[in-house]
Amino acid sequence: MSAPLVIFFVLAALAVLGAVSLILQKHPIHSALSLIVVMVALAGLYLLMGAEFVAAVQIIVYGGAIMVLFVFVIMLLNAGEEERTDFSKLAKFGGLPLALALTGLLAATMSRHGASVPNPETPGSLAPTGQISNLLFTTFVFPFELTSFLILVAIMGALVLAQREKG
Amino acid sequence: MTALISNLDSTLSGAPGYWVLTLLKIALLLFIVLTVNAYLTWFERKVVAFMQTRVGPHRVGPHGLLQPAADGLKFLFKEDVMPGGVDKFVYLLAPFLALTLSLASLAVIPFGPQPLPFHFFGGHQINLWITNPDIGLLILFAITALGVYGVALAGWASNSKYPLLGGLRSSAQMVSYELALTMSVVGVVLMANSFSLTDIINQQDSSKYGLLGWNIFNWHSFPQIVGFFCFLTAAIAETNRVPFDLPEAESELVAGFHTEYSSFKFAMFFIAEYTSMITVSALCTILFFGGWHSPFPDWPSLQFTHYLPSAILLPFGLWVIYDGLKYETIWGRMVLPVIGGIIALIGALLLAGIWIAPLYQGNEFIQAPFWLLLKIFFFLFFYVWARGTLPRFRYDQLMNIGWKLLLPVSIANVIVTAAVVLLRQKV
Repeated sequence: MSAPLVIFFVLAALAVLGAVSLILQKHPIHSALSLIVVMVALAGLYLLMGAEFVAAVQIIVYGGAIMVLFVFVIMLLNAGEEERTDFSKLAKFGGLPLALALTGLLAATMSRHGASVPNPETPGSLAPTGQISNLLFTTFVFPFELTSFLILVAIMGALVLAQREKG
Repeated sequence: MTALISNLDSTLSGAPGYWVLTLLKIALLLFIVLTVNAYLTWFERKVVAFMQTRVGPHRVGPHGLLQPAADGLKFLFKEDVMPGGVDKFVYLLAPFLALTLSLASLAVIPFGPQPLPFHFFGGHQINLWITNPDIGLLILFAITALGVYGVALAGWASNSKYPLLGGLRSSAQMVSYELALTMSVVGVVLMANSFSLTDIINQQDSSKYGLLGWNIFNWHSFPQIVGFFCFLTAAIAETNRVPFDLPEAESELVAGFHTEYSSFKFAMFFIAEYTSMITVSALCTILFFGGWHSPFPDWPSLQFTHYLPSAILLPFGLWVIYDGLKYETIWGRMVLPVIGGIIALIGALLLAGIWIAPLYQGNEFIQAPFWLLLKIFFFLFFYVWARGTLPRFRYDQLMNIGWKLLLPVSIANVIVTAAVVLLRQKV
């Protein structure tokens, strides 16, 4: 096995373990920590593919900003351990088969088209920073601005809600 | 050179010598940084003592020079108390995270432009950095973003009131100031057109006009002086140092997030804090103060400035000898002149470069690292200076400065810099 493949399997195992532990942990902080492990492992996978910029942004935005907010809110609310309950009927009869079907579909697609995913030779060749920004501000400028607008609306909504509670 | 992982395969199988060298380099860097950390505490105590007209550490070794070693030993042999009811895993994870992340950020900092003038193991050259990725600056921000967890989790896992308040304060503070921190360097990135730290340094070439080429005074696009002050303030807040050390305000929170940590786990937080001070000082130097570029232009009439290292080392070494000979203890009279002698000898050897060719090349080689380290040292002194001078902010003042002052000002700086860079491009 070549070195990148070994690293890939280590990171992939880490991501899957983190995701499983996210569901199985009883305490919200432990779940949040597991999610951080998933995010960082995913960033490592991006790095392995040569997408340096995406990897760094993955850690800064997801690993840093968003998860810090999660941890902060959990700490602020002082959320305790949660009790485990049985599967609901909907989850048992609707959710499980659907999850299995989705996994099967993904596995089938990957096994059929997996070989065609390009393996970049040099770092940064898959998604160089300059090219990403060019794409964002030319080809995809409309969806980009629309997303920014959506986020702005969400921020203003949060502000309005917070102010209303105070007054 | 920019290989992160992708061309790891060829490197792994190709050259074992490269790996041995890199590991040795990492070990050496860690050794140097941890030693500097230890003596930074000594330096801080001495400078603050001087500002308060005290003597400072003076008992352990001449001029208290062995105080860091004594402190380190004490940390190792203290009883390691774990309070009851803590979340064990997170409690142990927090100091580990804080220390690992702050040490990891050193890997992307370049300390000099040229590789060492020797060849090792069949043609390997040693660069003065561990790795030099294209996205060095982003990696540093990613590590900073994760750095919050060390403090926040320590506060939460301690299962105690004051640490929890300290942890909450610090996560709110670090999240707030991270925005200003990131926005304030966008101007620099725009001017260098790159996230690579070496590119950013090379763009601030001082060979023509000296320190006017540095980003902070950069007159051929837009001086980043506003960006620099935003960055410096946000960075001090980000490292939880005075006057932004609210997470560990001793008058309100005992010791904040590390109240329940004892022995070496406390030392780990301590080392992490001092290592981030070094990283931030290096970043200030690299981003705004020209990195390893000398403040003097490269004119023939200013060639004598190349002997500035010896002009500092030689008198300092001689002064240490003079001071050591009249030191009050025998031990000090024996050790201090030897230390001074070594410093003076290095200075004299560098000065001898005027006549001896290999020494001349050595002197030329250390120019870049010398200036970089001198500027880093200045910023470390600035940290201590601020600690000796400024009172702590109130919490609402802290939040106001972050959100209502630093963030708008740094965004305005980004807009103006972007406009100037665009206009210069068009012409």
